Amino acid sequence: MLEARDLGYRAGGRWLLRGVDLTLGPGEFLAVLGPNGSGKTTLLRLLSGELKPAEGEVVLQGRSLAAYSPEVLARKRAVLSQTREMAFPFTAYEVAFLGRLPHLWGRREGPEDHERTREALERTRALPLRERLFFTLSGGEAMRVEAARLLAQDPHLFLLDEPTNHLDPRYALELLILFRSLAEGGRGVVAVLHDLNLAALFADRLLLLKEGRPLAQGSPQEVLRPELLEEAYGVPFQAVGSGEGPRLVLALPREREVPHGA
Amino acid sequence: MTRSLTLASRYRLVLLTLALLLPLFLLLGASLGAYPIPPLEIPRILLRGEGMEYQVLTALRFPRVLGAALVGALLALAGAALQGLFRNPLVDPGLIGVSSGAALGAAVFIVLVPGASLLETYALPAFAFLGGLLATWILWQVARTPWGVQVAVLLLSGIALNALVGAALGILVFLANDEQLRSLTFWTLGGFSAVTWNLLLSVLPLALLALALLLPLARPLNALALGEREAFHLGVELEGLKRRLVAGAALGVGAAVALAGGVGFLGLVAPHLFRLLAGPDHRFLLPGAALLGASLAVAADLLARTLAAPAEIPVGVLTALLGGPFFLYLVLRYKREVYRA
Repeated sequence: MLEARDLGYRAGGRWLLRGVDLTLGPGEFLAVLGPNGSGKTTLLRLLSGELKPAEGEVVLQGRSLAAYSPEVLARKRAVLSQTREMAFPFTAYEVAFLGRLPHLWGRREGPEDHERTREALERTRALPLRERLFFTLSGGEAMRVEAARLLAQDPHLFLLDEPTNHLDPRYALELLILFRSLAEGGRGVVAVLHDLNLAALFADRLLLLKEGRPLAQGSPQEVLRPELLEEAYGVPFQAVGSGEGPRLVLALPREREVPHGA
Repeated sequence: MTRSLTLASRYRLVLLTLALLLPLFLLLGASLGAYPIPPLEIPRILLRGEGMEYQVLTALRFPRVLGAALVGALLALAGAALQGLFRNPLVDPGLIGVSSGAALGAAVFIVLVPGASLLETYALPAFAFLGGLLATWILWQVARTPWGVQVAVLLLSGIALNALVGAALGILVFLANDEQLRSLTFWTLGGFSAVTWNLLLSVLPLALLALALLLPLARPLNALALGEREAFHLGVELEGLKRRLVAGAALGVGAAVALAGGVGFLGLVAPHLFRLLAGPDHRFLLPGAALLGASLAVAADLLARTLAAPAEIPVGVLTALLGGPFFLYLVLRYKREVYRA
């Protein structure tokens, strides 16, 4: 469904991202990991068509992204970005309803569009917020409304930039469970995540970036190895847990940096 | 669902009320003035087709109230669209340079063209219109980057241009003789007394073009409220939208300025009032602000003609007198909402 070949992006004479190859089939959940400034968001913006690659190309459903009009592209993929701004007093419902926009070019909205918006708000547990003004919502509430907007857009591919930001553990889990189930239903999901263990729990495959280069790509077991993570993040990692339950990785302070009393 | 329905019906109700209000204002504007004509008599007078009252109505009042309505509608629509583009509710159509460019065009014509007063009826509006378009075109070129037109740069260069035009106007005022000064002042204060059928008809195609460019932009503007990136993710072709919107707004404001000179604040206040009454959805806001702007302009002109009758207050003075405090009120409201102070 989605394929990136030898993807690279330059800005200000510097490669922000280079040499990234990835493929994503229907039903797959790919998590993008890496330290701050490693190019995760740049990768997502290239995959969304928002930035034009300096090198390589992105192919979505057999066609290069460059060949799509914004309107057709918006029916194929939806993007959750990190910035959340709202200039005017729109309600949460109106924001979620904007997800229907790509389906409304050249036709009037019908009851089915409102039905879908309502369903989407229900799935992200944001329905009780529908009458509130969007800019009065807390970070977590706004994120759920935005997730509903993505659902209402009804795309084949979801691109998520740190969707669990601002969310407490319960809503973070619920949101990832939601996108996992969408993947099970045949959609593709690419999510930039900071929490390595959540990524391991929900993603089929992980892509680990460091300084704009892919360091590793594969199953959670293959990628979340302490030595690889130490190379990426520059701090030691330890794997904990075995047998029953999920295996976790923890970033640890080096011994001489252990605070008193620890 | 109930909310979405009540919300939509509130928008419709406000829009309908405004649509009914405008003809009422037009009728009042046509009937009141130095020579009052009872509104209910108007159809009979028109049918008779002659006499003093007929002359007053068709030669003076009708072009004037229709011109005022058109100017109000264009300024308000351009204001609503530009506020959507800049994603800032405090934006005035003047910010894309049209108004100041037009003022400079008019001033250059009045002061520097010899024998200007003979050509004034058509050449002055034309100079103002072209000055406005030229100024916007310059700002547009300044704001272009390899990543598209940057609206923040557009805004900032608009401020620079306004300052520069202010200086140039000062020089022209210094050069002007008394008669030129008088017509310059009269023009910058704005008013609908110079509107004639001929002027109205020659500006109408431009006004209709501006309406045709701006009114269909409602849905993309709704998406743009979330930010430029989100609008792109929702399928909006951003550069095309910006080009069309700025062109439409420049045409609309240019046409309005050509008709009435510098009538301020309508473009800022009308969209705001509509948002307060109904809400921010541009599908209703664009036509609603236009209707409201038209009514406000007709009402302002009516007040300007009658408050100090038989003398006439310049409409620009009146709109600024009412618009200034309203703008301050908006700023205070904004302060309360954002800083909770």
